[in-house]
Amino acid sequence: MDYLLIQVLNGVQLGLLMFLLAAGLTLTFGIMDLVNLAHGSLYMVGAYLAWTFITWTDSFVLGALLALPATFVVGVLLEMTVVRRLYARDHLDQVLATFGLILFFNDLVRLVWGPAGKSIAVPSFLSHTVQILPGVPYPAYRFALIVVGSLVALLLAWLVARTRMGMLIRAGASNRRMIAALGVNIELLFSLVFGLGAVFAGLAGLMAAPIASVKIGMGDDILILAFVIIVIGGIGSIKGAFVAAMIVGQIDIVGRAFLPELLKAFLPPASASAAAPAISQVLIYVLMAAVLVWRPTGLFGQRT
Amino acid sequence: MIERLKQPRAIVTALLLVLLAVLPLLTQAFDQRYLLSVGTRIVIWSIAAVSLNMILGYGGLVSFGHAAFFGIGGYAVGILSAEGIQSGWIQWPVALAVSIAWATLVGALSLRTRGVYFIMITLAFAQLVYYLASGLEGYGGDDGLNISRSRFGIIDLRDKAQFYWLCFALLCGTLWFCGRLAHSRFGYVLRGAKSNELRMTALGFPVFQVRLVACIIAGAFGGLAGILLANEGAYVSPAMMSWVKSGDLIVIVVLGGIGVRFGPLYGAVVFFALEELLKPFLDLLHKGWGEYWQLAFGPLLVIVALYARGGMASLLRARE
Repeated sequence: MDYLLIQVLNGVQLGLLMFLLAAGLTLTFGIMDLVNLAHGSLYMVGAYLAWTFITWTDSFVLGALLALPATFVVGVLLEMTVVRRLYARDHLDQVLATFGLILFFNDLVRLVWGPAGKSIAVPSFLSHTVQILPGVPYPAYRFALIVVGSLVALLLAWLVARTRMGMLIRAGASNRRMIAALGVNIELLFSLVFGLGAVFAGLAGLMAAPIASVKIGMGDDILILAFVIIVIGGIGSIKGAFVAAMIVGQIDIVGRAFLPELLKAFLPPASASAAAPAISQVLIYVLMAAVLVWRPTGLFGQRT
Repeated sequence: MIERLKQPRAIVTALLLVLLAVLPLLTQAFDQRYLLSVGTRIVIWSIAAVSLNMILGYGGLVSFGHAAFFGIGGYAVGILSAEGIQSGWIQWPVALAVSIAWATLVGALSLRTRGVYFIMITLAFAQLVYYLASGLEGYGGDDGLNISRSRFGIIDLRDKAQFYWLCFALLCGTLWFCGRLAHSRFGYVLRGAKSNELRMTALGFPVFQVRLVACIIAGAFGGLAGILLANEGAYVSPAMMSWVKSGDLIVIVVLGGIGVRFGPLYGAVVFFALEELLKPFLDLLHKGWGEYWQLAFGPLLVIVALYARGGMASLLRARE
């Protein structure tokens, strides 16, 4: 029972990280109609910048606080130089150009930080365990991830639903040309939204760094998962991205944690533990295909 | 015919085909065996790119999972070979049948969606095959599987030149077939649906069925490329169908010129030439820069996407 609780929490934590990545993607997708494959590169750049600032300041929190605005600047610069020119293009051009950006960023990071991976240590004030229930210990860092992830998710929900900028974002998602005609500075709005997405991606990258590792191409596979999430949730829907991220997080962790036991019933133990992660990934893609066949625009997507 | 040969594109195409046809003789004469293996990869990737051009170029359906057919064709050969069935007469038809079956399933489900959702669902199906293959512990899992090359009796696939000519002959066949198809009634319906699906449906054309058949044909030729790729390296692994390979295929089609008969061939030549030449070129400028060739290649793709929509084919268009 305790094992189950811990695994469910791990799933929530993974889901929240995925949500941070997917939120920026679904915003740019929904508002600017942009397929941004390079979003995973911002995740990677955020983690590397965090490594630099954390080594420099010798403090996790200070380093993270410096890395976030730096990632914002990278995102806004990227938007102003390249991405801005892609909004009016068709999806094929966007796929091609942002695919090129992935190659560029991977080699740029290799040039600047070297080919070897970096590791960020869990900050010392979070290296102990907390008792989530009497007698059930849970790593404090992972618990902090859940807290920070939930807070950021709430902040984003508030930003989109309650603020003026959120109102413009929602209006932009449903009719870009109309809000431009009403005198809203749409270029500035797009730059800000793209920068915001970059910050969320960078935050996900730096928070994941102590439990995964900081390496080149770290954003490539997780990006595909983020795309799966926004497609399941329905493009442009923050709520959909959240629900889908939670589902995908649970499938992934539960698949890793419980499938091996299940498979051992009819497979040799070694191949059961090797096949389980693959099967849990397959389950995620089967879910996506099933959702799209059932609802071709995702769970919370706009019907056309 | 003579008039057509005066166009720069036709001249370049003819020269390219002649060069590819005699490549093994050239590499033998100059003792450049490595070049022949590059040439073989260009030819095999061209077959896959021609098949992708069928749906992406003529059909306007952006499939982001075409590399899955590399894996399906490759693994069908690999698994049969691991089980002791070495005859190409059995391996190849089985591999093609599996590719066609998968293309039918994926096509029927994916074509229910539009636009971005189509890109993503084809990607998801490709990832599904990728993870299935990496979960096949009995057949190497993540590490892949060493196989022995298919046996045909009449030709020896272990001979590099013979294998190359077989691939080249199959490429010519693919180019001929897909070219004919594109200019048939079927091809016009497919292209019509790309520019205005609603109108084609209203005119009574079975748009869904036509697109599905295009997906199946593309899948079959994609599977063929997978069979050849497995035989080229005598090795199959999940990496041959990672989503980056699907991206590379899109890059090749767009670089060459979307919806142009020989576009994928130009694209593959340029793609592999850049990969092979950018490294030494950058090293020549400054020692050690070659390692970072994608720093130049990435922005090049951005420029192509922004300013050179027609790809190589439009550069070679005759001036009026």
